[in-house]
Amino acid sequence: MHPAFSLVFFTTATGAGYGLLALVGIFSVLGLASPLTGFCVASLGLAFALIISGLLSSTGHLGRPERAWRAFSQWRTSWLSREGLASVITFIPAGAFAIGWIYLGPGNIWVSIAGILAAVSAMITVYTTGMIYASLKPIAQWHSRFTAPGYIAFSLMTGSVLLNAMLHVFGAESLPPTIVALATTLWGWAWKWRTWSHNDTLGSAISLNSATGLKEGTVRSIEWPHTEENYLLKEMGFRIARKHQARLRLITQLLAFLVPVLLICGSVLLWQPLGIVFSILAALSQFCGILVERWLFFAEAKHNVAVYYGR
Amino acid sequence: MTCIPAHTEKKLGLVIDLDTCVGCQGCVTSCKEWNTGGSMAPLTDLNPYDGGVDGVWFNRVHTYEQTTEMGGRTVHFPRSCLHCEQPACVTVCPTGASYKRTSDGIVLVDEDKCIGCKLCSWACPYGAREFDVDVGVMKKCTLCVDRIYNENLDQEDRVPACVAACPTGARHFGDLGDPTSAVSQLVAEREGVDLMPELGYRPTNKYLPPRSRHGRAAATPDPKLDAIKAEGGFLGWVDRMLSR
Repeated sequence: MHPAFSLVFFTTATGAGYGLLALVGIFSVLGLASPLTGFCVASLGLAFALIISGLLSSTGHLGRPERAWRAFSQWRTSWLSREGLASVITFIPAGAFAIGWIYLGPGNIWVSIAGILAAVSAMITVYTTGMIYASLKPIAQWHSRFTAPGYIAFSLMTGSVLLNAMLHVFGAESLPPTIVALATTLWGWAWKWRTWSHNDTLGSAISLNSATGLKEGTVRSIEWPHTEENYLLKEMGFRIARKHQARLRLITQLLAFLVPVLLICGSVLLWQPLGIVFSILAALSQFCGILVERWLFFAEAKHNVAVYYGR
Repeated sequence: MTCIPAHTEKKLGLVIDLDTCVGCQGCVTSCKEWNTGGSMAPLTDLNPYDGGVDGVWFNRVHTYEQTTEMGGRTVHFPRSCLHCEQPACVTVCPTGASYKRTSDGIVLVDEDKCIGCKLCSWACPYGAREFDVDVGVMKKCTLCVDRIYNENLDQEDRVPACVAACPTGARHFGDLGDPTSAVSQLVAEREGVDLMPELGYRPTNKYLPPRSRHGRAAATPDPKLDAIKAEGGFLGWVDRMLSR
């Protein structure tokens, strides 16, 4: 599949933003976040900035973005429509949580309830994003049990590493959020590893025999209907990632998982001012790593229509 | 609405005979000619007279080589929207632009509602939908909905443009939901098949596989001539002299 940058950035940024929002909500309810208003404004501001920039980026993929409002109507059948609705609905508890924290303080019961609701609806939104891809039967790498949980894992992982960095910045670092950041990163790494091993066993799900109805013998494409690349080949016959697969997977693992784990460990063990730098670098490295991962997620995915072209 | 109707009154579709298709591309150009002025118009072409030409087409004819124990054969394979009974392209549509008609089962796009998210084209395993980058919306085969009910046309012309154009009669149009229709009987007689049945889209269009050739036309390479020998006489002498 063609990896449109608007979608790569959309899924990465909203994933991190919703993860950060959910974890700020849960940690503040548990009393593990910083009580400072500055922390609330900065971390929720960052979460909202990631979410809004991601959602705006997604409209860049549309042929007619001025009609985007129509996408809220078909939630009965369409995961994309559900995602649109969930993303807007999440702003209600998230906004109430942010405003409540500033005016009532993080200890207030209504603020806690809003925080929990924001966390739940943020995760529902991330799940609907994953299901947009997981629901597509013609793309075997996406139509798997790994896709939607993977989106949630990466959302919580990038969110917790960002939260850890924000807590360091406000001098409120503590062991629980650091452990969560490490644990979710290792979880994300293991999940991605399993997903790749699963995808590598898939092979070509649909044969050209089945695609053409010519059941016997072997079928080979000898002439295309057109001499130049058409929409189908540009959008669904993308092959560059498959050529550099091994190297791109290595880059993903270094930037998204290994480097953040080492930097977070360093931020705990080393002298405090370095801890701030290390935890911020961990978040930046992971964000870049997940951008590569998401680019690969699209670019490695093989659509059934490529079979008609012998690809 | 992107919910699929549980039942359609008719199942209009095409039956394509892979035995008689000669790959002339007549259906392709006829489709383009009609539809670039039809309800989905225009079917934009970009750089039509230059390198990197690209454009929207509803019908594409591939050419395959099928090799079996009987030998090899060339099969021309027209590929267009199959107007599935379970069209995932419709259910994934977030705006309701894609829909399947309850009256005749035709899958259409309302271009005024389409936001150009391309998700329907990802959901179609058959590559039936093509995005018009110039207009910013998705386009697809309409089964010539503006021909088949068009009272301004003569009765015999009220068929899809591809069917009207086919010089070998390889394309048939009719109601596949009616077991007594000519197309349904043709499918039953020739054991017509669904494409990618394992995906469960239940295409309406059917493909008729090439007829068996009874071993007459097996395209095997010529056998080596060395083993052939003339028996005695003048021809035997010529054969021996020339074989030296």
